[in-house]
Formats: sequence, C-alpha cells, structure tokens
Amino acid sequence: MAEATIRSAAASRPGPLLRDLLGLGLIALGGLAGYLLFPDNLAFLTRLISVALLVLSLDLIVGYCGIASLGQAALYGAGAYTAGIACLNGVTEPFLLVLIGAAAGAMTGLLMGAVMLRAHGLPQLVLSIALVQLLHEAANKASWLTGGSDGLSGMVPAPLFGVFEFDLWGRSAYLFGLGLLLVVFAVLRLVVRSPFGMLCRGLKEDPLRISALGIYAFPVLLKMFVISGAVAGTGGALAAIATQVVGLDSVSFELSANALVMLVLGGIGHLYGALVGTVIFMALEHVVAAANPFHWMTLVGAVLIAIVLFAPRGLSGSLDQLAGLLTRQGGRAGR
Amino acid sequence: MQTALSIAMDAFAYGMALFIICIGLSLTMGLMRVVNLAHGAFAMIGGYIASYVARDLGLGYGFAILLAMIGTVLIALPLERLLYRRIYDRSELSQVLMTIGITFCVIGITNYIFGPTLKTIPLPTGLAHPIDLGFRSIAGHRLFVIASGLVVAGGLWFLIERTGFGIHLRAAVENVAMARALGIRTEIIYAASFALAIALSAFGGVVGAEFLPIEPYYALRYMVTFLVVVSVGGAGSIGGALAACLLLGAIDVTGRYLMPEFGNFFFYLAVILVVCTFPRGLMGRARSHG
Repeated sequence: MAEATIRSAAASRPGPLLRDLLGLGLIALGGLAGYLLFPDNLAFLTRLISVALLVLSLDLIVGYCGIASLGQAALYGAGAYTAGIACLNGVTEPFLLVLIGAAAGAMTGLLMGAVMLRAHGLPQLVLSIALVQLLHEAANKASWLTGGSDGLSGMVPAPLFGVFEFDLWGRSAYLFGLGLLLVVFAVLRLVVRSPFGMLCRGLKEDPLRISALGIYAFPVLLKMFVISGAVAGTGGALAAIATQVVGLDSVSFELSANALVMLVLGGIGHLYGALVGTVIFMALEHVVAAANPFHWMTLVGAVLIAIVLFAPRGLSGSLDQLAGLLTRQGGRAGR
Repeated sequence: MQTALSIAMDAFAYGMALFIICIGLSLTMGLMRVVNLAHGAFAMIGGYIASYVARDLGLGYGFAILLAMIGTVLIALPLERLLYRRIYDRSELSQVLMTIGITFCVIGITNYIFGPTLKTIPLPTGLAHPIDLGFRSIAGHRLFVIASGLVVAGGLWFLIERTGFGIHLRAAVENVAMARALGIRTEIIYAASFALAIALSAFGGVVGAEFLPIEPYYALRYMVTFLVVVSVGGAGSIGGALAACLLLGAIDVTGRYLMPEFGNFFFYLAVILVVCTFPRGLMGRARSHG
C-alpha cells in the first residue's frame, strides 16, 4: 500500500518545490484574509501565530523524532522572557529581539534535549514535565528579573524598519508575525526534507536499524531539539513583542499540554497539520471558552478521546487517508 | 526540634496520602502498562461523592468513604470497557492523549453538575481532634492517614505476592497469550485490577483531602504530581511507590515550611535528579516496556 501511495504521489502531484510554494502562498493568503476579515481581533490572531510557531516546534520533536514532550512551553517561555528582558534593557530592534529569542530558545533546547534524551518512554515524558515546571518556578522566584507572578511588562519595541510602530491596533505586529511564520515554515520544510530530517524520521520509525547503519542517535536528536528550541523561541519573542507582556503562563505545563493537543488535532508529523490544529483549537477556544470554560474542557476532552479512537493521525492524516481511499477507489473503478 | 518533629509528622502523613492515591496509578502503569493520567480525575470524583454524602446528606465519614469508592468504581468500569480496553496496546502518546481527554471531560462534567466551588469533607469528631501520643500530640486525621497507608501497602503486597488472584495477575502481565492459553480470564483480571486501582484512588482522594483539597481543577493540578511520583518510584513496585512518596512528600513539605517562596522548585529538581540517575525509577522492574 505504501508503495502504491508513493507511485501515485509521484505520478499525480507536482514537484515538491512547487508544492511548497503553493503551500506558502496558501498560508500567506489565509493570513491576509484574517487581516482583512477580522481587523478588530488582530491581537488574538497574532497570538495564534505565535502559538502556531510553538506547535510547529513541538511537531519537530514529537512528529519527526517520535519523542513525546509535555514541556515544550519551556522553550517558548525562554524565548519570550529573554526577548522581553532584552527589550527592557535597551535592545528594541524587533528583528534583533526575535533573533535573541530564537537563540535563547535554542540554548534551552540544547539543555532540555541533553536532559530528556537520557531517558526513554514514560520517564522521558516526566522529565519534560519536570523541566517546564522547574523553569516555571524559577521564573516565579526570580521576580527581580522576570517580574514574578505579575509578569514582565513595559517593553517598547522600536518601529518595524524604523517606520511601522507596534501600536494598539496591532497591524504591524500581525504582519510582522505572518512574515516570520512564512519564513520559519519555509525553512522547516527544507529542514524536514533534508537528509538530516529523513534521519530523524528514520530514528522515529526504526531506531535499531538506524543504529545498525552506524549512526549515533544522540547528536542527531539533540540537533533537532536545538532547531525546535529556536522555532519555539521565535514564537515566544513574537508574543513578547506583539503583546508587550510576558506572563508566567508562557512557561507552563498547561500551555505545553495545549500545544500537544493542537498538534494531535491537526496531525502529528505534518507541518501543515500543526498549523491547521492551532487555528481550529484556538478559534474554538476563543468562542467556547469565553462562554463557559468548563464546557470548553468537556469539548476538548471529548475531541481528544475521539481522535485517539477514530483518527489517530489527526485531521490532516485522516484527510490524507480519505483522499487515498478515494483515489484508490477511483483507480479501481477505472480498471 | 519541635518544628523538625512537626515537619516530619506532616511530611510522613502527606507522603502516605500521596501513596494511597498513587499506588493505584503505579499498578495500572506497571502491571497493565497504561499511562493513566486520568487517575487524579477518579480521586476527584471520589472526593466529590464523599463531600456530597458527608456534607449534603449528613451521613458519617465511613459511609462517605465507602460510597465514594463504590460510586467511583461504578463510574470507572464502563470507561474501562469502552475506552481503556482500546488503548492497552497502543503507544504511550495515545494513552496520554486519551487519558488527558478523559480528565478534561471529568473536570468539565463534575463542575457542570456540582458547581465550581471548593468541596470540603467534614471530619468526624474522633479524627478532628489531636491525639496524645505521650511524647507529643498530633492530629487524629494524620494518624488515620498514616495507618490507612500502611494497611493499603501491606494488603496490596499480600494480594499480589501471596494470593491466587495475584498469581493470575502477574501471569497476565508477564505473557497475556500464555496466560489465556492456561485458562486465565485476563479481561476479568484486568478489569478487577483496574477497579481496585480506581477504588484506591477514590479512597486516597477522600482521606487525602486535608492535604490536597478537592477543588474544580483537582484532576489537572495534581495530575503531574501523581505521574511524577509513580515515575520516580518505578511503575508497578509497591516498595518503590512508598519510597518515592515518602521522599518527595518530605521534600515538598520541608520546602513549603522552610522556603515557601520557592514553591515546587526543589520538588521538581529532585525529580529530575532521580529520573536522570534511575531512569527506571527507584525500584522499577528491570524488564523493558512491552
């Protein structure tokens, strides 16, 4: 069946580069549509983009390396806090702030990977939780640096390109975020299709065979942790720049768990799935949780159970399956 | 000295309360290989039932515990049949997701029914007052929790190591196909152990309510604590769970008494150190997963 899929894919689909350009165009189009349709909700949409970056980074670890993590917000929060602190200390150029956030996320990713890769399975999951909780407590305790439970506020990033200010309407913040998302997404497409990305997939599918090929898994996975940290840190820095507040919730178990739920909803191991899941989850949360937070929890719980039972590959995976089924049936009918 | 003693007593009682709740999770994880993050949700259901029985119906504490255990098991058994049975042999990620989903549903539904307030379980007068032990007096409730913890630990050890049911359970864990071939009804064994684990969690939720108050987000707030404790102790080991609960309970309580501004910092630092040093937990079973 796998062979058939590959053959049909090779025959019917356009080249990968063209497909990526198409995908990027679709994302840009969707983003611009959001800009035009919901001009009053741009702050929410910017937050959505920053969380989408977090979910993308989680997908790199969960979907491409097969390492379950419930602590991804540690990387996101590290980026957010570092960018926020840098901004308060006089570095106000937004591009530089994003780079600082990404670097902080990458450093934290290095640390987190080094700790998490010592264990496998459940202990690994527990380590990820313990790490994010530890950072949470540290951020709470170091209130002279992070503002503690009040959060970090008062950042004033410089205008974008020296012209477009980050104002109350959040137009420049949103377009800045959309641009960031497009760049990161394009880079990640290249990363996951590179030999390195393939190696990570191999390690996920069959670690024994890869190690029999003479490859030592630890540095490969660690590298992915660093890349993932940079992406999550970028998302955190974007949140810090756009909202000009960094709270303790940016480095919390809840955010990590929500990110995992979004990823699973969209489909693990698809970059597009990560985006789709984030958009659906956050849009629903925006509507339902505002009405009644407990109904929202029941709904999320029911959706999770349904996904595990009926659609283990998430929405995008199910769509793929459906499409595969249809084309196969079509092929049979043709024969 | 007085402070040290009272911290030690509190830590011991807290560790025992944790143990009663967590040992059920340790059993489901170690013996049945299910990462049941919804374990805390069942403790929460137990707490809500007990609170309803004791406070609103005015029945005794013993009744409250008994009804909480029975009620929670009655709620859990259909879930075992319909949901858990499908994830016994799935990946850890699926198990985590499914049980987080169940937790969310439980939180949403209980709060819809009972309202989003803190639930108290009134203690009987015998347990509410301090009891004089000669050298010092301690709260009767703490003594009750410690005694219950010891009884649970001893009873479980006897059940698993010394009875026919324990032998069947261990056989089913070791090799399901072979156990079935020998005429052991593994589905019933699994359901019974699941029910036992749930009953213990409800029991722990009720008697531990003084330490871990029953509130709307109980299941989510302590989900991580329970999971961490079991993983530190090594899933499936009674001694390991006991050691982990006492160790982490001691660290948690001492940290809260002496350095409250650090919150859970030392708790999680200890967790990271232990898991890095003993990836299988303090007394984890040597054989690998699956």
